[in-house]
Amino acid sequence: MLFPPEQRCNPPARVVITGAGIVTSLGVGWAENAEGFRSGRVAIRLMTLFDTSRQRVKVAGQVELPSGMPDTLLPTRHVRRLDRAAKLLLCAAHEAWQQSGWKAADDLPVVLGTTSGGMTSGQDYYHQAIRAPYSRRRQPTRVVHYQTQRQALDLADAFGFAGPSTIVANACASGANAIGHAWDLLRRGRALRVLAGGYDALSQLVFAGFDSLQALSPTRCRPFDARRDGLAIGEGAAVLTLETLELARQRGAKILGEIVGYGAATDAHHLTQPHPQGDAAFATMTAACQSAGVTPQQIGYLNAHGTGTPLNDSAEAAAINRWSGEHAASIPVSSTKSSIGHLLGGAGAVETVVCLMALREQWLPPTSTLESPDPCCAFPLVQKPTAARLEYALTNSFGFGGANATLILRRFG
Amino acid sequence: MTSTANIFIDGIGAVSPAGWGVLPLREALAKGEPLHLKELARPGWTRSLRVRPVPSPTSRPSFLAHARLRRTSPITQYAVAAALEALGGDAALVSSGSLRLGIIVCVLTGCVNYSRRFYDETLKDPATASPLVFPETVFNAPASHLAALLGTTAINYTLVGDPGMFLQGLSIAGHWLLTDRVDGCLVVGAEELDWLTADAYALFARKIILSEGAGAVYLRRSGQPTPNPSQEGNNLGTSGRPLPSWEGPGVSSVPMVLSGENAANVIARLHSVTESYSVLRLQNHSEAARRMRAELPVGMPEHLLCDGTQGLRTPDAVELEAWHDWPGARLSPKRVLGEGLAAGSAWQCVAALDALRQGPHPAALVSVVGCNQQAIGAHFVLSDRKSSSSTSPE
Repeated sequence: MLFPPEQRCNPPARVVITGAGIVTSLGVGWAENAEGFRSGRVAIRLMTLFDTSRQRVKVAGQVELPSGMPDTLLPTRHVRRLDRAAKLLLCAAHEAWQQSGWKAADDLPVVLGTTSGGMTSGQDYYHQAIRAPYSRRRQPTRVVHYQTQRQALDLADAFGFAGPSTIVANACASGANAIGHAWDLLRRGRALRVLAGGYDALSQLVFAGFDSLQALSPTRCRPFDARRDGLAIGEGAAVLTLETLELARQRGAKILGEIVGYGAATDAHHLTQPHPQGDAAFATMTAACQSAGVTPQQIGYLNAHGTGTPLNDSAEAAAINRWSGEHAASIPVSSTKSSIGHLLGGAGAVETVVCLMALREQWLPPTSTLESPDPCCAFPLVQKPTAARLEYALTNSFGFGGANATLILRRFG
Repeated sequence: MTSTANIFIDGIGAVSPAGWGVLPLREALAKGEPLHLKELARPGWTRSLRVRPVPSPTSRPSFLAHARLRRTSPITQYAVAAALEALGGDAALVSSGSLRLGIIVCVLTGCVNYSRRFYDETLKDPATASPLVFPETVFNAPASHLAALLGTTAINYTLVGDPGMFLQGLSIAGHWLLTDRVDGCLVVGAEELDWLTADAYALFARKIILSEGAGAVYLRRSGQPTPNPSQEGNNLGTSGRPLPSWEGPGVSSVPMVLSGENAANVIARLHSVTESYSVLRLQNHSEAARRMRAELPVGMPEHLLCDGTQGLRTPDAVELEAWHDWPGARLSPKRVLGEGLAAGSAWQCVAALDALRQGPHPAALVSVVGCNQQAIGAHFVLSDRKSSSSTSPE
């Protein structure tokens, strides 16, 4: 029964991470990504997935997918039909699943965030519908794989579990909202385990869209730089296996970290521009801290949304300044989008995993493309690989349409 | 006997092929005759697709005067119209900041008009693709516009999935209310027609009739006093009531096209939403529907079932089998309106709630066997708004 809830969690359950999978342009898996983020490696490259000759910008954080997909319960024929987004998601989910040691069950919800799901399948469908309308070959498969719920159900089929699947499409906050929603389900006792994450693949429609808005950087994505001129688009996925602390301890699982806070709000200022003072960002950071029971000064690292667009970064900086107040100078901030680009629906989930890496391995990932920090930032920007002693990390995600979300993680053990 | 949380349905709204508002929906369903079909051309084909579009409103909705809504595609307009109808007078409370309103918009195909248009421009020449169109392609554009129009900054989700997602949305709204995250919550299901979608669905069911529109359900928690708008004070119009954010100096006040049906009269309670039973390789539609059915009451002759059958043999078979022994009355909105996807399941809920308000039924069940994701059901009961707790027969 989804509603009403069983009253079984008072106080709310603690929510821990027992598996984390990640795929970005830095590589496939925790090890390659941790090395890349820690060192600040930049993995923005010339894009080869589609023709960019008529675009202003021709680079992106394109993933080099492995030649073979992970071994799962999905039939080979089905795996062959997966589109790019589904493959990214499956790789990340497989890593998380393996790490967690989870076994299949029929009460395991999936909560995913995405902005465009199987858009490449949708594009292929449109091409053929226009160019060869009477040819129906492969069209049903494209329709099926275009739909976001297919990717969620593919995960269930891949690992043999069942449970409700929920897909949050809150633009670039989708991944963070999905993890936040999963956290809420666990905390309130509505589930004992949830598979959660975010994903998006590069597609021509989305790339052209950001280019049309002149939001893409024609030079280099430099979040919080005084001369920043736009973002870089990327692709990837991250998936977390989340469960209650009690269950994780019962089964002797290795606990990677804890999610302790979540805040979500809406910025009604404009469809594509944040409120100049970052009101909603301030609200989500404040709400996340309240739910976590922490103060800004306890946050040892802040992974900013930091897209590199002039408007986003100045609004976010204003919000961070206001939220952190007199403690601003002691909160290190960086944007890892400088390394991998903006992963849209995958961003919030990937950046959650970056925070998890930072907490587990005790380092701060740099904004390595930063040259001249914008003086509007009252906080220190991490520019070089840095070791640190961290207890809490906060990650921000803001999206088109004003969807804002903040998550707070805590080191475990 | 199970003690249940008190989440009330305070309002319903609809835009459908029957017209703008709950009233034309009610009348069309009472008549029970499938609405007229329209032809929808698709490129390269001589044979058109048959669909049921929303008729043009009799006058331009006043909310279109809001700067955010001028360029929006039909899905946003349907979602906003249905939402405003469901909210009724509480829209002013949201605008004045005295009611934290959560928004959940559920879609399957979403903003397909502008997505197709933008991609078409991209294929012709990406260098000239319109930056005005692209932002309207994102799934959460309708939710964002609705939030901006109402002036709410509370949490909002756009959920994408098959028609069952609307019922998941009701469940999430219930939890937000119970945990005091919001004071009220709108759940909206909305879709817009496009040849691309209709063409795609024709691949799977040639006789399926796609339709468009929106349905909205407005939920509140028990024990919440409703502030008197006239006492809110900080945003009063000349009539003494607060001005919603889309009205005010410089914005002409065009009469709303809505019927004025709303909330205050709806006295129903969300009793339960079943588990969402996924359609998987190891659990087909029939099994998912059977399990959903098993979680809902067996029913009484005076109870109402609002199902999702369309009058088509194959798509209906699973649901008909799951409910073959239902003893009460049945209502099947899709047989009249067509397959509205996320809007369709929203209409089912709106129709069930409207029937509770209008008729002799003390309880109504809604059954959604989605096209490829889930089987899920909801149970609504008539309720005395004044009671703070209750028990209901399972």
